[in-house]
Amino acid sequence: LSSEAHTSGDATAAGGDHSAAEIAELLGLYRRMVEIRCFEDAVERLFTRNLIRGSTHLGQGQEAVAVGACSALRPDDVMTCTYRGHDAVLAMGASPTAAMAELLGRRDGLCGGKGGSMHLTDVKNGAYGSFAIVGGHLPFAVGAALAGLRRDEPLVSLTFFGDGATNIGAFHEALNLAAIWRLPVIFVCENNLYGEYSPIAATTPVTRLTERAKSYAMRSVQVDGNDVLAVRDLIAEAAAEARVGGGPLLVEALTYRHKGHSRTDPATYRPPEEVEAWLERDPIVRFGGWLIERGHIDGDGLAEIRDAAAATVQEATEAALALPEPDPETRFEDIFA
Amino acid sequence: MTGVTAAELTYREAVGLALAEELERDESVVLLGEDIGAAGGVFKTTAGLFDRFGAERVRDTPISEQAIVGCALGAAVLGMRPVAEIMFADFAAVCFDQIANQVAKYRYMGGGQAKAPITIRLANGSGSGYASQHSQSVENWFLNFPGLQIAVPGTPQDAYLLLKWAIREDNPVLVFEHKSLYGMRGPVATGEPAFGSSVALREGGDVTIVATQLMCRRALEAATELADQGVEAEVIDLRTLAPLDLPGVLESVARTSRLVCVQEGPAAGGWAATLIARVVDEGFDLLDAKPRLLTSDETPVPYARSLEEAGLPTVERIVEATLAAVNQ
Repeated sequence: LSSEAHTSGDATAAGGDHSAAEIAELLGLYRRMVEIRCFEDAVERLFTRNLIRGSTHLGQGQEAVAVGACSALRPDDVMTCTYRGHDAVLAMGASPTAAMAELLGRRDGLCGGKGGSMHLTDVKNGAYGSFAIVGGHLPFAVGAALAGLRRDEPLVSLTFFGDGATNIGAFHEALNLAAIWRLPVIFVCENNLYGEYSPIAATTPVTRLTERAKSYAMRSVQVDGNDVLAVRDLIAEAAAEARVGGGPLLVEALTYRHKGHSRTDPATYRPPEEVEAWLERDPIVRFGGWLIERGHIDGDGLAEIRDAAAATVQEATEAALALPEPDPETRFEDIFA
Repeated sequence: MTGVTAAELTYREAVGLALAEELERDESVVLLGEDIGAAGGVFKTTAGLFDRFGAERVRDTPISEQAIVGCALGAAVLGMRPVAEIMFADFAAVCFDQIANQVAKYRYMGGGQAKAPITIRLANGSGSGYASQHSQSVENWFLNFPGLQIAVPGTPQDAYLLLKWAIREDNPVLVFEHKSLYGMRGPVATGEPAFGSSVALREGGDVTIVATQLMCRRALEAATELADQGVEAEVIDLRTLAPLDLPGVLESVARTSRLVCVQEGPAAGGWAATLIARVVDEGFDLLDAKPRLLTSDETPVPYARSLEEAGLPTVERIVEATLAAVNQ
């Protein structure tokens, strides 16, 4: 597994000549990223109108990690993610209407209105949960991989978490267990440089989080998390190796959230020049530019995709807003099977 | 393999038999825990299982309670029936998040998309000189989590039946095994456990004593002494704390009009106080005397025999509390 091929940060380095099917797939990745961006923008607007309760954690800017990684999984694989997980759940193929309905606390939401923004779950699409205790889901991901060993072809358990999670005990226990049992777990750290409001340098003594894998004799690789093809190709290769006994892998995907940590956070602690530099590396803009450069589509074509994605999210939002809230009696359902 | 019919087994052997039978019956059953494999478990409840079923089914883990429980949950959701062992129940504090936030809430948060057939065994309780961090009765920590079922077997028969039930159940179950009962002998027969129903260990018409595990043994001794004084006590073993068999207790109190709850562990936030509150709420008119709450003292569990024993409800204190209820 070569980290070098995936860390150039240059989207133009990825790919070669592409067939029509491959081009359709590439355009699909673009569409999915744009749709997620539109979704998050819509969520932000609904929040300011107080139509979404509690807290939410937006993922604008991190779409390439979710879309790149999830596009490399197979239908039977298992994805788990964090409370900043709208992007990952949508990337697995969740219905935007059902996802938006869940965020709005409506009847036909993905979780029947019991989970909300922080617990989006869509098991039929391989999204086994969004977990809101930092790092608390990493042991779950290890267990999913353990269960998968019983299948003819082992499933891959891919789990997303933030840079902040690398300082919590469950992270270390999970990496250790996955390593000693050589389980097919791909640990994907979305390093967006801030654990909630704190810059990573203030909380973590290593600058490369891939270092964390060393004490578990685990392979690790850093990837440009704003390069959707670099992420996709890396995860595809890692998954193929994991399926044949290659053991676990820690991936550090360097990315950046465009917004604050949560609704109450305007993110004023971030230097303006840092924000500006990352906005220039916007994964959607970069990938769009690459698609045009490669001659796969022109600017008008991309605009059409963006319009279509925006329309999908708009329709999903309207459909979700038209749904009633869940029947209060349903609160007693789903405690036990 | 079929179960042994009415054989005399120790509580420890009953646990091991239940595990062996379920491993044999269902290949999705897997055991996870510290030193449960080659070493046979620190309380020898898993002795022989590693040799019989192998390292893949009886998995030794690192000392990583969060990983043990969380891994068991993930494996359960993906189709296995894991049985995780927490070597001493006190260590549940180390993985409290995994039990309280992950295991208990997983199914609910997702709106019922998946089930989590996970069993967690915990060696619980005082009376054996393990001092403060290895002796607490911690079952009460988990009463506040809808989504968890809690078994507290007090006999070899229940150690066997309730554990088998827990493993076959499609939802999370915490099974608290009492360390001071591992050596207890009793008949063990196959059968279906009635999960969630209490059982009268002794019948009597004058007063109802409700207890669990070690306290049941003491309540029975107390009942014998009370009988010598002309008081017939009914001793109820709750068997499970979640669900709590309120109807069963109310039915007994309807006959005796008097209630004594004996709980190992401090009073605050415990099942005994909860049970009394519910009996008062739903059955106040049944009572001819105020319900009595007898619990461990409000101290961490101390080490020395004299200190530890003095802090637990003793036979003498149970007799005293029961006579107070009867003579009111």
